[in-house]
Amino acid sequence: MNDILEVAREQVLERGIGLSQEQLVEVLRSPDEMLDDLLALAHEVRVKWCGEEVEVEGIISLKTGGCPEDCHFCSQSGQFTSPVRAVWLNIPELVAAAKETAATGATEFCIVAAVRGPDARLMSQVKAGIEAINAAVEINIACSLGMLTQEQVDELKAMGVHRYNHNLESARSYFGDVVTTHSFEERWATCLMVRESGMELCCGGLVGMGESLEQRAELAAQLAELEPHEVPLNFLNPRPGTPFGDMEIMAGKDALRTIAAFRLAMPRTVLRYAGGRELTLGDLGTREGLLGGINAVIVGNYLTTLGRPATADLDLLADLKMPVKELQKTL
Amino acid sequence: MTTLVYCGHCGREAIDGNHDDCRQALTMEPPRYCDQCRRRMIVQVHPMGWSARCSVHGGLSSERP
Repeated sequence: MNDILEVAREQVLERGIGLSQEQLVEVLRSPDEMLDDLLALAHEVRVKWCGEEVEVEGIISLKTGGCPEDCHFCSQSGQFTSPVRAVWLNIPELVAAAKETAATGATEFCIVAAVRGPDARLMSQVKAGIEAINAAVEINIACSLGMLTQEQVDELKAMGVHRYNHNLESARSYFGDVVTTHSFEERWATCLMVRESGMELCCGGLVGMGESLEQRAELAAQLAELEPHEVPLNFLNPRPGTPFGDMEIMAGKDALRTIAAFRLAMPRTVLRYAGGRELTLGDLGTREGLLGGINAVIVGNYLTTLGRPATADLDLLADLKMPVKELQKTL
Repeated sequence: MTTLVYCGHCGREAIDGNHDDCRQALTMEPPRYCDQCRRRMIVQVHPMGWSARCSVHGGLSSERP
């Protein structure tokens, strides 16, 4: 079983070529006794191909709840009996959130809306929000507004959106068990349009939703095929009222193996801790993940749930002597 | 001091069970139900805090920097 580590060392660390889907299955099946060595290798890969810096981001929900889609993990779907009510954020609050985020040293601020895709009202609100944020604070602005048309991609690019998030959510072979109101291919198409526009593509997914290890490896391989600039890695936080609300929380060691596997699949990408890590990994696991392939974090709260205090993550990065990436408005 | 009538997490009566899991959950998510009338509140989570508003009993929020 140690063979896969030797292969990864030569292939990924030395040559920068990500592991294949079949190789990733081996990583995900590796025994607990191998976990420390696996994480250490993933960390070496991260440092060699990405550097020591960690990218910090904050996120905000511009339009919460009432989504017509049925993503089974999401409390914002209007199709489930979730306690989350629909609400829009106003521009002054959006700017305040961007300022709070920038004050942590974050370089990215992502505006998120729970929609299938943006309509004219949402695009107008996003445009006004971006203008107001740019007038108030220096920070890169990212958006996550669902599936896009080519015209909307062009509009967002013209607005100065630095990065666009659209997750694959799960492997192609498991997607139908997670979402039925749109297809994997529709998501893929938006990702391709974003990547080709020149905006940075942020595309990740969730693990711990009942997928097999093979499907977890498949997701990593499919993400690698898209070559996203950033991959946010979420761990299922079972939300009351959703179809996945009664699922077990993923085991911490499985989560750490997944982090390492994603890093070994995509040696050069920004691999970000996203939702669910507090529940799945706790404080100790969070530290281990940062020493196991992660090189970016969402600080503070998520869209409908709360995260660790930003200071806890920033103190941890200082303790680990990992510098926070500084703002470079290069686009 | 106002007596808590309903659980802000699950919306059940506060005296219905011990709500230990709910209290634990509320360390990682904002309340969704008004603890006076159990109406679902409009909740906005911010990067460093949250605010919640009941249409009858008004708003509450975490402390923000």
